[in-house]
Amino acid sequence: MSERPTVSVRDLCVHFKLGNKWLGDNLVVRAVENITLDIPRGSFFGLVGESGSGKTTLGRAILKAVPITSGKVGYHDGEVDYDVAEIGKAELKDYRKRAQLIFQDPYAALSPRMTVRDIIAEPLEVMKLTKSREETDARVREIAGMCRLNLEHLRRFPHAFSGGQRQRISIARALVCRPKFLVADESVAALDVSIQADILNLLKSLQKEMDITFLFISHDLSVVAHTCDHVAVMYLGRLVETAPTRDLFREPKHPYTKALMSAIPSLDPDQSGQAQKLEGEIPSPANPPPGCKFQTRCPHAVERCRREEPKLEPAGHEHFVACHFAEELRLEGMSTGGETAPA
Amino acid sequence: MTLLRVENLTLAFDTDEGRVTAVDGVSFEIQPGEVLGLVGESGSGKSVTAKSLMQLNPDNAHYSPESRITLMLDDGPVDVLSLKTSRELKVVRGGAISMIFQEPMASFAPAITIGDQMVEQLMLHSDMTKKQAKALSIDMLARVSIPEPARRFDQYAFEFSGGMRQRAMIAMALSTKPKLLIADEPTTALDVTIQAQVIDLMKDLVSEFGMGILFITHDLGVIAQTADRVAVMYLGKLVETGAVRQVIRRPAHPYTQGLLNALPKLEDLDRPLTPVPGDIPSPLERPAGCVFHTRCPQRIAGTCESSVPGPTRLPDGHEAACFAVEAGDPGETRASA
Repeated sequence: MSERPTVSVRDLCVHFKLGNKWLGDNLVVRAVENITLDIPRGSFFGLVGESGSGKTTLGRAILKAVPITSGKVGYHDGEVDYDVAEIGKAELKDYRKRAQLIFQDPYAALSPRMTVRDIIAEPLEVMKLTKSREETDARVREIAGMCRLNLEHLRRFPHAFSGGQRQRISIARALVCRPKFLVADESVAALDVSIQADILNLLKSLQKEMDITFLFISHDLSVVAHTCDHVAVMYLGRLVETAPTRDLFREPKHPYTKALMSAIPSLDPDQSGQAQKLEGEIPSPANPPPGCKFQTRCPHAVERCRREEPKLEPAGHEHFVACHFAEELRLEGMSTGGETAPA
Repeated sequence: MTLLRVENLTLAFDTDEGRVTAVDGVSFEIQPGEVLGLVGESGSGKSVTAKSLMQLNPDNAHYSPESRITLMLDDGPVDVLSLKTSRELKVVRGGAISMIFQEPMASFAPAITIGDQMVEQLMLHSDMTKKQAKALSIDMLARVSIPEPARRFDQYAFEFSGGMRQRAMIAMALSTKPKLLIADEPTTALDVTIQAQVIDLMKDLVSEFGMGILFITHDLGVIAQTADRVAVMYLGKLVETGAVRQVIRRPAHPYTQGLLNALPKLEDLDRPLTPVPGDIPSPLERPAGCVFHTRCPQRIAGTCESSVPGPTRLPDGHEAACFAVEAGDPGETRASA
């Protein structure tokens, strides 16, 4: 376990400027604020949060697809060692081969004018990874087979495929250059339940086969619980809790994590109403509340939470939480029940 | 008294690639004060079924002559499919039936205030004065717990957050006091925490207003928390119907079982996710016989490919359309709820 993590994020900030600086509006959206995080090699790392929590921005900052305001992102896969925030042009080209992204919407991510073969082959051609057309074709066929695509389908256009098949095509495209690190941004959110399980199982088996480290971004806690070995929970640009999946679900320490868990509608019609429901909505990231960012919706918030922002502190084996009362609050895990307020 | 009775609804669209059957022989009923959940994957025909109730399908839709939709109103039954002119259709469109859509941003006009849109539809469907309509609208906004309703009344849709927009949509749909509310994926575009709030709100409003609801969703968890009865749809066919507890606890149709097994459950993290094998066939290539036979793990060779199963009543009273169920072999795989 002492192996170096594939991605290590240190005090990462991504800020976006809004408004016109000549007019004196200096609105800044702190989409990602002071995030420190390690993604261990070979893990399936889940990142959850509501919309507006900054999870997509964090994923893209790691891939250097958005400008990094401050902080460090280290990437290390045994062959190379990059400081992503300061990466040079030539190295960035190489980093692009090693770190790839799978998008959410398989209907929007594939060009309707290209055949499936051309879609999957494009990264190889753009990055000049193959020498001949035959070699390209061989790679495309190999990866298509691994993603369980019918080889006869390679000549067709995307419109002929269902959502699940399209998502397998975009996975094949992301994998064709043999990346070591993959960001899957809401990759199953647009799919039907019966297909969702199939894509999740495919991602898991590809991870083992090709030795890939995954960052799996999702708003769906139950999907994350089933696929990921580590989970990080984000709220308003901050990391509020991170832990191995089982520990997190058995013993959530942050009230937000707990609230997210109890908001999932239960399949048991008789098990309703007992869940702790969150009031209100996520505040605007351009105008976050002072102190703890969750205090406006937290059922346990007291004066101290409104003044002082909690830091991410250790709370068990590989378990970190940012809450002043993480120790006092005895939040229940999987089976819900009564909770005690802080003294 | 049955509020809505749908009998043998069969509907096909004429497209460039041929005739596509979207709904095939669907029958169900909704009682006043009852929530019927309609579950199915994309392409199963659930939205088309709902739109038929208000005749909102495009012009290339053809209803079969046997299709019948009867809505029971105070002054007698209305045969919805026989309504032709827009004056006649006003009775169902926004009058006795209201609809909530999935994407609240797309359903509000962006350049008209929320208040004006609420008042406009109230004046169209009732004989209220503008003043009364405004008072009722503000009252409804308060009912769905929108803070400062009088100020919000004069705002535009973009000034509302996603959850607030959906609540305003619900307020607007309920202000005309419909007999039947159609909710088409009303929580799908929302975050889980907001979804939980909207579900609670809808439950409160049903018990207060007592209208019937057709609740369309692909999420079985949402159905379990909202519906009294559930109808499961696959490729235009109803495959299983019954009380929500029975269908979710003792699913009989292999498709319903498959859906429940594919669902990640927080209670049991060790159970592997079992997808329903294969892909949904294209609507242009509808399988003969039972529509589910191409993906069915309990297929009976020689029967399912050629004949169409009818509904079979199970011991607990719910119904499934499946030959394996008819043969008394409800399958090994039981989804635990």
